[in-house]
Amino acid sequence: METQYKYTPADFKSDQEVKWCPGCGDHAILSAVQRALPQIAEQTGTPHSRFAFVSGIGCSSRFPYYMKTYGFHSIHGRANAIATGVKTANPELNVWVTTGDGDSLAIGGNHFIHAIRRNIDLNVILFNNEIYGLTKGQYSPTSKLGKITKTSPYGTVEQPFIPGELVIGAKGSFFARSIDVEIATTQECLVAAAAHKGMSVVEVLQNCVIFNDKTHAAFAGDKALRAEHTIVLRHGEKMTFGADNRKGLVFEDMQLKVVTIGENGVTLDDILTHDAHCKSTVLHSMLAGMKYPDYPVALGVIRSVDEPSYADEVEKQIEEVRAQSKIKCVDDLLHSGATWTIE
Amino acid sequence: MDKLNVKELDDVVIRFSGDSGDGMQLTGTLFSDTSALLGNGISTFPDYPAEIRAPQGTVSGVSGFQVHFGSDRVINPGDYCDVLVAMNPAALKANAKWLKKGATVILDGDTLDEKHVAKAGFATSDPIAELGLGDHNVVVPAITSLTREALSGLELDNKSVVKCKNMFALGICFCLYNRPMDHAERYINGKFAKKNPVVAEANILALKAGYNYAANTHAFANTYRVAPADLPKGTYRNISGNVATAWGFLAASEKSGRPLFCGSYPITPATVILEELAKRRDLGVKAVQMEDEIAGICTAIGAAFAGNFAVTTTSGPGLSLKSEALGLAVMTELPLVVVDVQRGGPSTGLPTKTEQSDLNQALYGRNGECPVVVIAASTPSDCFDFAFTAGRIAMEHMTPVILLTDGFIANGSQPWKIPSMADYPAICPPVARPSDEPYMPYRRDEKKYCRTWAFPGTEGLEHRVGGLEKDKLKGCVSHDPQNHQYMTRARAEKVARVADCIPRQEVVGEKTGELLVVGWGGTRGNLQTAVEQMQREGERISLCHFNYINPLPRGVEEIFAGFDKIVVCELNEGQFANYLRSNFQQFEYLQFNKCEGLPFTVVELKNRFKQLLNR
Repeated sequence: METQYKYTPADFKSDQEVKWCPGCGDHAILSAVQRALPQIAEQTGTPHSRFAFVSGIGCSSRFPYYMKTYGFHSIHGRANAIATGVKTANPELNVWVTTGDGDSLAIGGNHFIHAIRRNIDLNVILFNNEIYGLTKGQYSPTSKLGKITKTSPYGTVEQPFIPGELVIGAKGSFFARSIDVEIATTQECLVAAAAHKGMSVVEVLQNCVIFNDKTHAAFAGDKALRAEHTIVLRHGEKMTFGADNRKGLVFEDMQLKVVTIGENGVTLDDILTHDAHCKSTVLHSMLAGMKYPDYPVALGVIRSVDEPSYADEVEKQIEEVRAQSKIKCVDDLLHSGATWTIE
Repeated sequence: MDKLNVKELDDVVIRFSGDSGDGMQLTGTLFSDTSALLGNGISTFPDYPAEIRAPQGTVSGVSGFQVHFGSDRVINPGDYCDVLVAMNPAALKANAKWLKKGATVILDGDTLDEKHVAKAGFATSDPIAELGLGDHNVVVPAITSLTREALSGLELDNKSVVKCKNMFALGICFCLYNRPMDHAERYINGKFAKKNPVVAEANILALKAGYNYAANTHAFANTYRVAPADLPKGTYRNISGNVATAWGFLAASEKSGRPLFCGSYPITPATVILEELAKRRDLGVKAVQMEDEIAGICTAIGAAFAGNFAVTTTSGPGLSLKSEALGLAVMTELPLVVVDVQRGGPSTGLPTKTEQSDLNQALYGRNGECPVVVIAASTPSDCFDFAFTAGRIAMEHMTPVILLTDGFIANGSQPWKIPSMADYPAICPPVARPSDEPYMPYRRDEKKYCRTWAFPGTEGLEHRVGGLEKDKLKGCVSHDPQNHQYMTRARAEKVARVADCIPRQEVVGEKTGELLVVGWGGTRGNLQTAVEQMQREGERISLCHFNYINPLPRGVEEIFAGFDKIVVCELNEGQFANYLRSNFQQFEYLQFNKCEGLPFTVVELKNRFKQLLNR
């Protein structure tokens, strides 16, 4: 493990004034990222100059301006495509995408699922506030069914995406989830995402204090609620939760079920052990799909499996073809195939 | 063979045509390559239907390939043909209008049955009479049954046997024009001998049978010789516009030392550029096929930010999809080349046909004040030089460049004297170097007015770019009115100053005269052929053909002032003429426009010019 790169969060703070609304969940995410990067730099041996942040459009996409790294604030929906170009062009870079539910799941949905399919080594932070904030309050692809907004004055009549189901459904190799106020969990997920080779999506449930305040509050509003209604998954650990850790998840009749240890003969041994590295998507998808109030909302690294990553495969192919080909430069190419000489 | 008379000819146009599964593209290519190896001047043009396999035997399924070869330099694939090879009545029907007076028609006699004739939509059972080809030299060898007979000794199924009939037709043409068969035989062996030796043998047998048929029967009164052209010494190859474009990008990458990245999406007729670059992993090319046109350009922009020479390839509808991202490249002032191989529009339009109607889109098709450099290639082989130049301008001036080609030159091919990369200039992008001063991403070079290019990974140059307006030095977001005014003009000024780094406008012919023909891009071969023919006829006519569109080269006004009349010829409804009107208002511009999905013919051009000269 490299230890030569020692930074502090201040090394990643730009001189730009942070212009998100007071109370916006984005502040906490920024803080988690600036805390995670020194740890990531040290653990992965990445110098400061190799971090690049790419974003699309939306509140979350202002993020790169607040980072003292290479940054690209692009256009709506295209962050994943632009970041794919950055990473493929220079695989040595540690490329991050900051994006929102509108940016990556609506206008940029196509790039999002295809980046996942390619398993390109990007670290995507998906800020999910279930609303369009920067355009002042229209429903998004993750807004709850029936949500009343400026463009759905009588309530939406469309089903929302659950981002984790979408990522895992597209055979994503890494999916984690956190809540904006849970800075330590967010930081843990970000460090794991950076360590993962391949596309990592970290969904952060984020509060928009102006246009969708308390959208996650039912299960995330305070510590006690979070203890009862969320579960932090860790690879190799039992799936238990609750204030006294007495609740747990079991798999019964092809479904996940919440049980209480000590009731109806349930013991800790009956509780599922989280296997984030399992290639099958079935249980991961079920865990990502757990919804309040029937289930605890899953946090932490839900899925992390090793698969070949795109930019690495491109490099490998270049090396292989180069070793075999007789064409070493453009002059060789121009003279390849059928030619004739006029004397 | 000795019994036939041999006549000398200056140039010949042959059009091979048949069902799109009949192998006409291969047949034409083998004839053209053979002629090129003999030293003839060559120009070719394929004419495909949009469907891969339209209903057999119908006019909509006809695929053609035209070869123009001569004993002099040949710069256009010819409009009307001396020989039409038609593998069925539909091919005859589709192409009869392109026959020269008295031309030879070789039609597969086996297809003159009721079924084929009806499928081709003839009213009577005699297509030749119906088309009024009585005064043409129509020959109807039973190509299918003669091929079957020639291959009767082989262990081959009927379908494979019939597939060889194109080689029989090629054999006839080889005999008619005294071409050797060795190149075609080598090609066939190379393609089939390993995988399927019987198929290789069958194709060669059919080729020879066709040759012997023409030599031994008296179907043709004469054979012809076309002497080698007096071309400059050197090593040559055939090249199509799309391949030349791909290779020109490779040359710009090599000369700049920046790795080549192509983010793209398949679209007719541009796909071959992506395919060609995808082959070049050996030169380190990262050609990636993305999920859509937008992702194509966006990955390219990302790669440009990361320090690669980035290109994206497309055709008209794809350029529409890329417009927003192109604006981002303008705003972030990153080098990028977008090649638009123009086709008939609007919308899906005529995907396999040529047109020059994306000029306005290239010049203006974005939101905001959003200038980009626009250049246009004009022949299959000069696509190489203009792709190289597009890369040079993009990287040295830190700007997006749109390179316009079109279906006609992209699919057309011609012999090309292979250049040496040693003769091409180094490309020197303004790469930012770390210093003790804080990095100012938008500080401009005084001469070119461009910013510097800082590669992520370089210590001390961390900076942010993006689509929001940026401070003129620091590059942070700025909503300051004066700053926006400054940056708007700075982006325009940077593009305008490219005019200092491109050649002055040239004229083909005298610098003064009665009529100046103005064109741009892929119409050059036909315009120049028409103008040069009229110059030889004694007319005071010259050609002013543009490759640099935005900015326009220096010297245009002096040229325009030297002529009594100016006619702007283009394959659209007058886009370049209007552009010239807005740039040089003092001149009157006559127009000759065509939107048929087809190139200009030399005949129609000359007729129009004669009319303008009151001849």
